[in-house]
Amino acid sequence: MTDDRLDGDGQGRDGTAARDAGDGGTDAPTNDGQRFDRLPGTADDRVVAGRATRREVVDWWVDRFGLEAATFDSHTFWEKGAGKVWAFAGDVDSPAGVEGLGMTFLRTRQKHWKPTTNAVQRFGRAATRNVVVLEEADATAFLAGETTEPAWDGDWGYLVAAHDVAGGVEPIGVGLYVHDELRSRMPKGRRREP
Amino acid sequence: MDPLARYDPLVDDPAAFHAACDRPLPSVVRVNGLEATPDRVRRAFDEAGVGYEPVGWHDGLFRLADDVSPGNTWPFVHGWVYGQEEVSAVPALALDPEPGERVFDSCAAPGSKTTQVAALMDDRGLLVANDNDLGRLSALRANVERCGVTNVAVTRRDARNFSLSPVGGERFDRALVDVPCSCEGTIRKNPDALEAWSLDHVEGIAGVQTAILGRALEVTRAGGTVVYATCTFAPEENEAVLHHALEENDCDVVDFELALEHAPGVTEWRGESYDDAVRRAKRVYPHHNDTGGFFCAKVEVGA
Ligand SMILES: C[S@@+](CC[C@H](N)C(=O)[O-])C[C@H]1O[C@@H](n2cnc3c(N)ncnc32)[C@H](O)[C@@H]1O
Repeated sequence: MTDDRLDGDGQGRDGTAARDAGDGGTDAPTNDGQRFDRLPGTADDRVVAGRATRREVVDWWVDRFGLEAATFDSHTFWEKGAGKVWAFAGDVDSPAGVEGLGMTFLRTRQKHWKPTTNAVQRFGRAATRNVVVLEEADATAFLAGETTEPAWDGDWGYLVAAHDVAGGVEPIGVGLYVHDELRSRMPKGRRREP
Repeated sequence: MDPLARYDPLVDDPAAFHAACDRPLPSVVRVNGLEATPDRVRRAFDEAGVGYEPVGWHDGLFRLADDVSPGNTWPFVHGWVYGQEEVSAVPALALDPEPGERVFDSCAAPGSKTTQVAALMDDRGLLVANDNDLGRLSALRANVERCGVTNVAVTRRDARNFSLSPVGGERFDRALVDVPCSCEGTIRKNPDALEAWSLDHVEGIAGVQTAILGRALEVTRAGGTVVYATCTFAPEENEAVLHHALEENDCDVVDFELALEHAPGVTEWRGESYDDAVRRAKRVYPHHNDTGGFFCAKVEVGA
């Protein structure tokens, strides 16, 4: 997989490789999709190839949506499942045998990282850019999973789709803006027909 | 025979009790304080023309009009509300957790109380949500995430021998023990809840409840709080389970505030008598407040 954010680093440093590999440790450590592994702080700490770092994850939310970096000060980040990053409002030493840790938060290990619907609903209220505020008819269509064509002259890519409700702008979910249209990325189980 | 008739000697007004059990229950939503205020939820319901009324004893609970299906409203989509039976909001209030604590929810799925406890903790500290049913755990995960909760660690263990090691090894400050039960009190919601009722089942499940409560007491620190709850009337599953816990453990049943009308725990039942402390448990009958039936006790672990 080529990912321009991650190219050029990620090969293990010997001492810690064996621990992460869990298989004798001569090969470079790889991601074990069944287990929660803490994200390394920065690229220098990275042992498992391709794994996002804490700094990259926080920077991504800051760059993309203008959140304060401090938003995530009390969260720890974990990878379980290929590229699936979880945000946990606390810490545990070694969460072996744990099925879930906080919320699934961001999909990495792909060219364009993608926030989850739940993360956008939870943290997107504080976003200051890449938020498209939909008219009510479009908001309803978006919730049903439909593609809409809202007025938008900002970036393409993943946006927070929001609407005005009960006196404030509230995120609904993630939209992919390409070719002058907004494709709803509401997961099937979260869609609602009007 | 109607299994509920066995409780006639316990209730103040058997006719009202049976009449209430035959009435359907309104749907109720609880405001998720992590994502919205009761005011904002009201405003969203008003904008959408959704009928609701406050319950009176708790400002974060609304009874919805009959024609409303809460899952299709914006407040639900945004994680501002959780569809939850009114009385089922009681145990988390009795538990009264603080932000930053370590809290255990031994039988957590599908998460109505987990999400309420997380909100009372302001999403800070550690909340371990456990259940042994894989299918129900996925509903729990979805509900926790929809409510924007990030301080939950989900485990799939038998609560009777829950191990602390995956979650740091340290004992909990509080535990919520919302056990599987014969569900007699949900009859208004599930009219066939009593179809499979038998005394054997009641007694069998009481054994499971006793073991789950016993383990929760063990994994809670000295001076900590354990709340035991069921949605059933059977003293075999309620006071008898507490009585056993009091005999086996250094703990006491303590009082807690409850603004709903209720009755004290019973100390005599079918030739058995229970420790006087179980009187501090609370029984909520359907005719008391026009809700489902419920039992809740707050237990303090000996220091
Ligand atoms: C009354 S329900 C819990 C409802 C939940 N607390 C809520 O508020 O949404 C009881 C739960 O106990 C679970 N359960 C039954 N036996 C168990 C055991 N031995 N260990 C752990 N969980 C168990 C069931 O799967 C069920 O989800």
